Formats: sequence, structure tokens, C-alpha cells
Amino acid sequence: MTNSSSNSDIIEAGLARRYRAEKRFRFYGIAAIAIAISFLAVMLIAIGVRGVSAFQQTNVLLTVKFDPQYIDDNDWQGIIKASMREQFPGVGGRRDKRKLYKLMSSGAGFDLQDIYKKDPSLLGQTRAYWLPASDDIDMLMKGAIDRNVVEDDRRVSDREIVWVDRWLADGVIELQFNTRFFTAGDSREPELAGVWGALVGSLLTLAICFALSFPLGIMTAVYLEEFAPKNRWTDLIEVNINNLAAVPSIVFGLLGLAVFLNFFMLPRSAPLVGGMVLALMTLPTIIIAARAALRAVPPSIREAAFGMGASQVQTVMHHVLPLAMPGMLTGTIIGMAQALGESAPLLMIGMVAFIVDIPGSLVDSATVLPVQIYLWADSPERAFSERTAAAIIVLVGFLILMNLVAVIMRRKFERRW
Amino acid sequence: MHITSARRMKNLVEAAIKLLLIASSMVAILSTVGIVASLLFEALRFFGEIPPTDFLFGLEWSPQTAIRADQVGSSGSFGAIPLFAGTMLISAIALIVATPVGLFAAIYLAEYAHVSVRDWVKPILEILAGIPTVVYGFFAALVVAPWLRGTGEAVGFDVSSESALAAGLVMGVMITPLISSLSDDVINAVPQNMRDGSFALGATKSETIRNVVLPAALPGIMGGLLLAASRAIGETMIVVMAAGLAANLTANPLQAVTTVTVQIVTLLTGDQEFDSAKTLAAFALGLMLFVTTLVLNVIALYIVRKYREQYD
Repeated sequence: MTNSSSNSDIIEAGLARRYRAEKRFRFYGIAAIAIAISFLAVMLIAIGVRGVSAFQQTNVLLTVKFDPQYIDDNDWQGIIKASMREQFPGVGGRRDKRKLYKLMSSGAGFDLQDIYKKDPSLLGQTRAYWLPASDDIDMLMKGAIDRNVVEDDRRVSDREIVWVDRWLADGVIELQFNTRFFTAGDSREPELAGVWGALVGSLLTLAICFALSFPLGIMTAVYLEEFAPKNRWTDLIEVNINNLAAVPSIVFGLLGLAVFLNFFMLPRSAPLVGGMVLALMTLPTIIIAARAALRAVPPSIREAAFGMGASQVQTVMHHVLPLAMPGMLTGTIIGMAQALGESAPLLMIGMVAFIVDIPGSLVDSATVLPVQIYLWADSPERAFSERTAAAIIVLVGFLILMNLVAVIMRRKFERRW
Repeated sequence: MHITSARRMKNLVEAAIKLLLIASSMVAILSTVGIVASLLFEALRFFGEIPPTDFLFGLEWSPQTAIRADQVGSSGSFGAIPLFAGTMLISAIALIVATPVGLFAAIYLAEYAHVSVRDWVKPILEILAGIPTVVYGFFAALVVAPWLRGTGEAVGFDVSSESALAAGLVMGVMITPLISSLSDDVINAVPQNMRDGSFALGATKSETIRNVVLPAALPGIMGGLLLAASRAIGETMIVVMAAGLAANLTANPLQAVTTVTVQIVTLLTGDQEFDSAKTLAAFALGLMLFVTTLVLNVIALYIVRKYREQYD
């Protein structure tokens, strides 16, 4: 009796410690989840805050005269310069003038050219247009350049600030929605750079990727699930697919470089080759998802079809495949989302070049959105870092959209047998 | 007569379709063959110029090739040890971050969390896996690295602006969901009656997890860790954007190191003269990368599969 009571004493004595240990263990779990989620939140918020300002651009309402003297020389920036001289007549000296001209973007002249091309009757007339300011002035307006810093440490001098302040007082300079960001290709000038070129490149690349990987993936899955005998050969294919799924993406880029570019002599930087490389990369994802979808179709469906005299191919084509299709499509969308975010293999096949033009075909030089982000992230200008974050917002927006479609499709078509 | 000819036609079509299916499943094998062949072929050409021992055991990496024959420092050195060390250092930091976070998250989700919490938290963790690596790279280079540098200065450490620590930390977060979802699967696969037995002996929940569930799930968790390690070794964008280019042979996480993947990118995104040892070196590095990750993956898949059979 005394023995058992001392036993329970020992247990009782340890209980408080054991419960503390229990609580601590539980806390570790909550802390781990909190760390992961707060990192995600910090990352998304940090990028979001940086990027949102890029959706606006500083424009100046400039009164310009379509002077034949400049138009004949094709000197469109000259028109801008003349207008600036008129606005600030007191500015003399070459250095000061050059500073004055640099308030406006070097692309403002091209805007005028476009306006004139659409309406040549403007020749000799005076009109006012909202034209883009340079990136430094843009940063000043957005508060990214601090006016209180010593002049030498600031990218914008005191004189330039005086000019901008006069514009502000006149109400001719303001932040407007940055349409150019969504319609332009890449540029060396941050205020002229946009994501449209990269978006079109991404779209073309994904189209090739889809056209190759979707049929190939589904046919492979159908073969392995419905037709293949269980033997060494199919085992080999399966092991292969599982390993391909885990090969680092950059290795696919090396494959593309050695085989597609150097052996088959396909064009560099082209969405065609990019799509082919990404197709090989997404193939395992699609095959694995498609096989799961086929396995989810109950055998009774097949047996019923066989019972009605359908052949194996008819059974698969008419009954199994349509039933498995939503699951296959969901897996394919997720695979495409992965391909959209992939950049490493595309660096290998030269889709990293500086490309201003919007790609028009599958063999034009192009870049894709993630690579554009990589390129901009490397640029030293403050205005580019803002645009990088904005491009990330666009990319993540597309990824969210694709995943949402996949989730909705899964909810809508999911069938429990 | 009618019926037989129709049947013959059908047989023909069916055979053709079957052939098409077999052909498409060959693509998976062909791409593996393509990878191995292209890596081996180019790497062998590289080893024709640079002896494999110099590559595998050399301590100095500076892949400049001469423009003129009499140039100073013209013979580039291709000792890959600093790259392997840098890759290991960054991957190790990533695993040190990701293993406890991923494992504890998986334990909490599998054993403690209410179903409704689980339904919310799991998809959020999966978002981390779906974010493109270039986004992580941007975050590492523009937010984490300057922050580390600032904190280091305040404490009195000299942190390089492209430290291994910044790249490793962010990469750790990237592979966390991989570890947590794989561990979650194996923890869930441990049969309930093992837990019940432990509870019946008076163990608390955490004691049950530590002494019964985790030992039973250990092989599967190890397999998951190996897969995560292979992901970390092959990861490119984070290190390209946040780790350095200089090949330092150091174990100090506050300094800049370079990795195999960073060097592949830098060697191949510049000039594209395909016969120089410089571009061929990228393929030799790619071969090393492929072999390493393949071995890790095969071991991991083997462990995971073998473990699963125990309880099914």
C-alpha cells in the first residue's frame, strides 16, 4: 500500500513538468506555422507596398508647338526642349539648360511623334499634352527622393526642385495612372518600360508549352494507366517520370541549349524553344495529375462499356477520358502556373536579352515575365526597383487567377463515386 | 463480310492509337536520355581540355579564358571546390531553417490542429510553394540582405551585401512547405492504434509524438528532407539574385559565396562561343548537379516507398 502511494507521488510530482513540456511542444508547432505565415505576409506586403506606386507615373501638362523647323529634322525632342525654354525663360548656360531638359523623359518626343502621325494637320499648331516626366522627377514626386537630404547626396538638384515646385504651383504636374506600364515593352528608361512585351512573350511560350505537354502528358497517362502491361519497361518509364519531376529546372535549360539550339539549330531567345523546354519540365506534373484522375474513375464504368461490346480504345475515349478530363485539366492548369513562374531554364536559352519590341511570332526574340523581373531587379535605378515589384504583382496576379480557376474547377466537377 | 471488314478497320485504328500512346510515353525516356547525353557529351569535351582531377579537387575558380595567348592570367582555373562548398553552405542554412519550421508545422497540423484550422493553414503554406523563385530572389536581394547587413552593423558584425545567410534564409522558407507537406503525409500514415497504445500507458500527447509517432515516421521524414535538400541544391534564381559571384572558399555565412547554379548561369548568359572551356565548364557543373540531385532523389524515393509498405 505504501509502495503504490509513493508510486503515485512520483507520478504526481512529475505531472506539472510534463504538462509544461506538453504546452511547450504545442507552442513550437504554433510558432512554426506563425513564422511561415508571417514570412509570407511580410514578403507579399513588402513587395506590394514597393510596387503599387509604379502603377502611377508623373506626367507634365506641356504646351508644345508642332514647329515645322523641328519636324522636318525629325527632332521631336527639340519640340519639347523649345517648350521648356519658353516656360523657364530665365535659364541660361548649357549645363543649366541640359538639366532643365532632363526634367522630361526622353520618350516624350516619341509621344509627340505618335500624336503627329495620327493627325498630321497639327503641323504648326500649339497644343497642350500630358507627357511623361523623367524617372528622377517621378521618384521625387512619389517621395522616394528625400528633399531634406544634402544636395550632393540627392539625384535631383535644388534647381530642379525649384522648377518642379513651380509646376506644382501651376498644377501642371501630377501623378496619373501608368497606362504605359501595361502597353510598352522593355526600355532602358524606367519611365518608358512596361510589361506588355514580357506578357506577350510569356503567353506565346505558355501556348507552345501547353500545345506540347497537354496531349503528350495525357496520352502517356492513358497508356500507363489503361493499356500498359505491368512489366520492366513500364516500370522504367514510371521511374523516369518520377525522377524527371525532381530534376533541377536549370538542367532542362542546359538540355535546351545543347539539343534544341546547338543541335537542331533552332533560333535563340524564341518562345518556340522556351515553350519546348518548359513542356519537358511540366510533363511529369501533368502525367502524375492525369494518372490520378484516371485512377479516380471507378472500374464499373469500364466494365459497363466492355459489357456493351465496346473495345478498349472506345471505352477509354468515350467513357473514361471524358470523366477524367476535369481532373486532368486542373492538373494541367497547375503545371502551366509553374511554367509561368519559371525563369532559370529560359536564361540558358537566351530569353534574357534586352528586347524592346513586342514579339509578334513564335520565333521572334522575346522574354517572359519572370525573366523581365530578374532583369529589372538587376538595374540600379530606384525607379526600376519599383517597377520590378509592380511586375511581380502582375505575375502573382496571374498565378492567383490560374490557381483560382483550378480550385473552382475542382470544386465544380469533383465527383465522388 | 461487311462486319469482318469493319472489324479489321477497327483493329487497325486501335493498333495505331496504341502505337501513338506508346510513342508519347517514350518522350519521358527520350528527355532523360537527352539530358544525360547532352551533359555527358559536353562535359567530356570539357574534360578533354581540363583534367577531371583539377576540376573536382581544385581550390580556385576563375573561369577567364585568354583573348590573346600571351595575356596575364590567361589560363583560367576551373577548380570547383569553392562552388561545391558554397552550394553546401547555402543549402545547409536553408535546411537548418526549414527542417524545424516545416517539421513542427506538420506535427501541429497533423496531431493538434482542429480540422477547420488545418483547412485554412494548409493552403496558405502551399502558397509559399507556388510563389515563383524569382520573387523570393527579389525579396532576398532587396529586403532580407540589406536588413541583415543593417542588423549586423548594429551588432558589430561585418555582413557582406550578398551574404550566404540571406540567400539561405529565404531558400529555407521556400522549401519549408515541401518538408511540411511530405512530413504531414507520413505522420498521417502512422496507424492510430500506435498512438492509442501510448495514450493507454499514460503518455501525454507530446510524449506520444516524440516517442512513438516520430520514430515510426522517421524514414519518411528523412526521405522528405533529402528531397528538400535536392531542391535546395538545384535552386537557381534565389542564389543568382541574392548570393555572390565571387568564389570564396569559406564557411562564414556572413560572407558572399557562389554556387554551382549561379556559375552555370553566369557562364552561359554572357558570350556564346560554344567551344571555349568556359561554356563547356557549365555543362560539367550541370552534370555534377544532375548526378547529385538524382542520387538524392533516388535514395529519397526508395526510403519513402519502402516505409509506406510497412503500414499499408
